[in-house]
Amino acid sequence: MALIEAAGLRKAFGDFVAVDGIDLQISAGESFGFLGPNGAGKTSTMRMIGCTSPVGGGTLRVLGMDPTTQAAQIKARLGVVPQQDALDEELTVAQNLAVFGRYFGISRAELYRKSGPLLQFAQLTEKAGAKVDTLSGGMKRRLTIARALINDPSILLLDEPTTGLDPQARHILWDRLFRLKREGVTLVLTIHYMDEAEQLCDRLVVMDHGRIVAHGSPRELIRTYASREVLEVRFDVPDHAQKAADVDGLADRVEVLADRLLLYTHDGDAALDALTDRGVHPQSTLVRRASLEDVFLRLTGRSLVE
Amino acid sequence: MSAPATTREGDVRTRAGSAVGGGWRSVTAYWLTLYRRIWKSTVISSVLAPLLYLAGMGYGLGAIIDAPGRTAVPGVAYVGFVATGLVAAQTMMTSVAETTYNVFGAIKWQRTYHAMLASPLRVVDLVRGHVAYLALRLLMVSTAFALVALALGAMRGPAALLTIPIAVLGGLAFGLPVYAYTAGTASDEGFNMLNRFVIMPLFLFSGTFFPISQLPQVLEWLAWASPLTHAITLTRAVGLGSPAPLPVEGWQAALHLAYLLAWAIGGYVFGVRRLRRRMVV
Repeated sequence: MALIEAAGLRKAFGDFVAVDGIDLQISAGESFGFLGPNGAGKTSTMRMIGCTSPVGGGTLRVLGMDPTTQAAQIKARLGVVPQQDALDEELTVAQNLAVFGRYFGISRAELYRKSGPLLQFAQLTEKAGAKVDTLSGGMKRRLTIARALINDPSILLLDEPTTGLDPQARHILWDRLFRLKREGVTLVLTIHYMDEAEQLCDRLVVMDHGRIVAHGSPRELIRTYASREVLEVRFDVPDHAQKAADVDGLADRVEVLADRLLLYTHDGDAALDALTDRGVHPQSTLVRRASLEDVFLRLTGRSLVE
Repeated sequence: MSAPATTREGDVRTRAGSAVGGGWRSVTAYWLTLYRRIWKSTVISSVLAPLLYLAGMGYGLGAIIDAPGRTAVPGVAYVGFVATGLVAAQTMMTSVAETTYNVFGAIKWQRTYHAMLASPLRVVDLVRGHVAYLALRLLMVSTAFALVALALGAMRGPAALLTIPIAVLGGLAFGLPVYAYTAGTASDEGFNMLNRFVIMPLFLFSGTFFPISQLPQVLEWLAWASPLTHAITLTRAVGLGSPAPLPVEGWQAALHLAYLLAWAIGGYVFGVRRLRRRMVV
């Protein structure tokens, strides 16, 4: 059974259509990602699933219930990690957990029993008595996740969980999310970073202008919308469009960016050899595997992280 | 059984007996947790300050105002006049302090309200929880003040304890409308204006330190618009010993109470409405 089901889901703010009729089916135990640039409608969709924003049109079912009439019952079984942590900086780590648990009607005794393992999971055991405003960004994020788990949620909603964190903090966080995934928690994420989407998501949808423009597993999407490898070439020119002719015919498809050319091909090294044979010598070259970034570029004509 | 009744805009009202989550009590618990961390600093602003007013104005100024054997307000020592005024005026001040910056912060800065609404709590729970917390705070400050004023003899008689619930209601008559204002305001810039141009004048011209009959006729009528004037009229009727030198008839008392209740209830209704419009989009 699908834990989250949407059909023709819409959301508009005045004249601005944030979510323009999307269909979704997210199953139990799945790790599902929404991918897209800012303003694509990811957060609006997440907020409707989280029952904090009224459904604007179409139908939505979460855990088999209707968010319009059963928001409290649904929210009792969700964990939400918003973009901004919304922690209480004046309170300690342990107090933040306790206070939040009370919102769910969890008894003091049970909260006491739960907070130990949760703090351990968030690697914050030593920080239990520390005020939140003394924590690093990564620690705050982990506390927000621990807080979202206080009610043993059936679904964990994470809105750009690693945005704004340094690489090390991001890796710790990924590790934690992997652990949850292994334990069978259904994760629904919005994601900005491609590498994250590829590692964390079983399935994802690419959103742009409020619509779903593609869906599938990361591998399927790359296979469908990109090639196996990509050859990146940079020239010492102000405008790479003028170099497009030099690489013509060397790849299945060429994408011209401001600072480089992307050649989509099944064999990047062969394309590079062919380029050299033509007597073209770029300033730098790079052969890499195609990623979701390439999928996104193909689908929307824009890069994801601007 | 019937399905849960729904209210507007996705806000859910569950059947009685099938409550989900911690309800408004968990919101009150949150504010009390926060208060426990800062209570020492609030003792100065909400307990000590009114006592300093009482000492400075009541005793200091009172020594000049009241001649031996003759008081400026017939039958009332000036210190008693000020004490029965301050008990209500201080809950107004505390009430406004508790419904401006920290509520605005919960909406915009710390985003506590957003976190709360991600849990089973509803918008009405947020408002009710804050009102309950506010009432507790007002109960604390007015009890502390009334007991000190009684001990000093500035207020007299067991009926003076009734100044406590009156002051609490008077505080809510300010706090709830201010909460409603805060719930909808886009920035915190208005709070300074509110304090300087509304609260401070009301503090001075609602009969706290002198009878409003001293005001020009027009201002006197205007002073009756202030909930504080009504609260103080009631605290003076009960707080100055027996027989009451400034009594209020039963029906008059009912009207004063009704006026305070109208502000409090109106503020609550608008508060819920404005907060919902703000948070549920």
